[in-house]
Amino acid sequence: MDEPLRLDASFVDYALVVAYFAVVMLIGVAARRRVSDSLDFFLSGRSLPAWVTGLAFISANLGAVEIIGMSANGAQYGMATMHYFWIGAVPAMLFLGVVMMPFYYGSKVRSVPEFMRRRFGTGAHLVNAISFAVAQVLIAGINLFLLATIVEALLGWPLWISLIVAAAVVLSYITLGGLSAAIYNEVLQFFVIVAALLPLTLIGLNRVGGIGGLIDRVTASPGGDEQLSSWPATNLSGFENPVWSAVGIVFGLGFVLSFGYWTTNFVEVQRAMATKSMSAARSTPIIGAFPKMFVPFIVVIPGMIAAVLVPELIDYKADPTAATGVTYNDAILLLIRDVLPNGLLGVAIAGLLAAFMAGMAANISSFNTVFSYDLWQQYVKKDRPDGYYLKVGRWATVGATVAAIGTALIASGYSNLMDYLQTLFGFFNAPLFATFILGMFWKRMTPTAGWAGLVSGTAAAITVFVMVETGVLDLPGQGGAFVAAGAAFVVDIVVSVVVSKVTAPKPAHELAGLVYSETPREVRTDPEAHKLPWYQSPVPLAGIALAMVIALNVIFR
Amino acid sequence: MSSGKRQQQQKAGAFDVRNVIAELIGFYGVVLVVVGLLDDDESLAKTGGIDANLWAGIGMIAVAVAFALWSRLRPTVVDPPREDEQPTG
Repeated sequence: MDEPLRLDASFVDYALVVAYFAVVMLIGVAARRRVSDSLDFFLSGRSLPAWVTGLAFISANLGAVEIIGMSANGAQYGMATMHYFWIGAVPAMLFLGVVMMPFYYGSKVRSVPEFMRRRFGTGAHLVNAISFAVAQVLIAGINLFLLATIVEALLGWPLWISLIVAAAVVLSYITLGGLSAAIYNEVLQFFVIVAALLPLTLIGLNRVGGIGGLIDRVTASPGGDEQLSSWPATNLSGFENPVWSAVGIVFGLGFVLSFGYWTTNFVEVQRAMATKSMSAARSTPIIGAFPKMFVPFIVVIPGMIAAVLVPELIDYKADPTAATGVTYNDAILLLIRDVLPNGLLGVAIAGLLAAFMAGMAANISSFNTVFSYDLWQQYVKKDRPDGYYLKVGRWATVGATVAAIGTALIASGYSNLMDYLQTLFGFFNAPLFATFILGMFWKRMTPTAGWAGLVSGTAAAITVFVMVETGVLDLPGQGGAFVAAGAAFVVDIVVSVVVSKVTAPKPAHELAGLVYSETPREVRTDPEAHKLPWYQSPVPLAGIALAMVIALNVIFR
Repeated sequence: MSSGKRQQQQKAGAFDVRNVIAELIGFYGVVLVVVGLLDDDESLAKTGGIDANLWAGIGMIAVAVAFALWSRLRPTVVDPPREDEQPTG
């Protein structure tokens, strides 16, 4: 087929998409003019309710990667994908709320590079700022590629034109203030996405003959009934031995990758810091964990349905080398094309466009902040007026958008984007998490160890990646990424400890608020905490969430 | 609590995110119900025989009403009024 994926949108569909963006733009304009106290209240977040920040917290992550990547994973690996939520995200979010948030909220660190600079000085700061900036451009490329995929599917333009058009649209979204109301938009976006994906899942299930029909069809498909159970996920991890597979998933995916992602990702941590009290900040990721554990049912399941319902995808799964013109990344779009009637189609397109655009805009703007303040101001041109750095930031925005077109082409080369993304996380997040957690709890860790650990951790992950690519290590699936992340974590810790032993630490008084043992208890706790009812206290809530996620793991094992 | 008294604190009103959710999802719901009522056999074939637009539309209207009620019954209070100012709103 020449045009394997065209969405047949009608006037109604476009109208629904336009309605969404009209609302977003209106909020953006209102936000810039500060037309209302109450809007100001919602933006500055002097006292945002925890359910708002909790939803914003997961919505900031429910972007391209989650929707396309996890449905692609569902199509390729089946139920094993659930690990990303039930072993990965949810425990990590609970850990963030219970253990790390008191510390972030108390120390008022606003970004990862800022923490690095205050804890370890300029060496680790420079390394981290550069790797963060690179990671943001690479991830922006993924979002842009997916945005372009939709433009391509809607209008039938070639990929490169779609890329340029999508990039231009994101630039205007940032310029028109869509980002200034980020938390607000994220909450809105969450409901539009659910409004699109829930009917998609239900209709899809209806088409395959209900849950029983899905089970029968998956059992008969090339993946077989192994794809109906989440453990031991030997396909996903690429380990043949089920025990090692489980170890790889719990340690690599669960501990290093997910904890690394959720606890050091400040785009998300900032959502929690917009609350009025320590308890509300800690509750943010914990409240977010409840909807998060049910997200896979409307993301992974549609992917699995697509793999047994959409003819092209069935052919592709039977023989990935066949010229079907589709990949796993197309799973959810193919299902949307096949089962959603005009009307719901528009809701789905609005939700997907919104998610990818907001995701890319967030990448670009955090790149912009780090580039102009952490890199340019710190290391290139110091002491210029504020206007100068704003101008630098504007050029950085344009530059990053253009660069994202390039990185989008890299992303387009992967048939399952999760493989690519997990690889990137292994390079950047795993060593960062190791350095973060060691630096937070071990006051003896020295500034030299800070940057040396990061560099060697990333180097270890890249080495594993190259060995997997060249076939020295034989790990299909996403096991390569898990091993790379594990290696990065271990090497980072070992190098940091060894280097710390031979170099001089920072004096203890400079570490107040940055290292656990040097931070006074009052700074870490909420004096009002005992007045809260149980359903607003972080720890009991986290306990309930943990029990639920364990139950889900058991039910769908 | 203070609900019986005159309004003393400014409510988030139209910019309360719950109202925006109610308006947008409610609008989607109404459009989908109309589209659903006009749907032809081709749409029904896609969904496997259910009028998905109609039912999704009804669901969205229900969600919108729930959010509107929630925001009406438990309004978000913006700021306690300053002593030297008369509350507007």
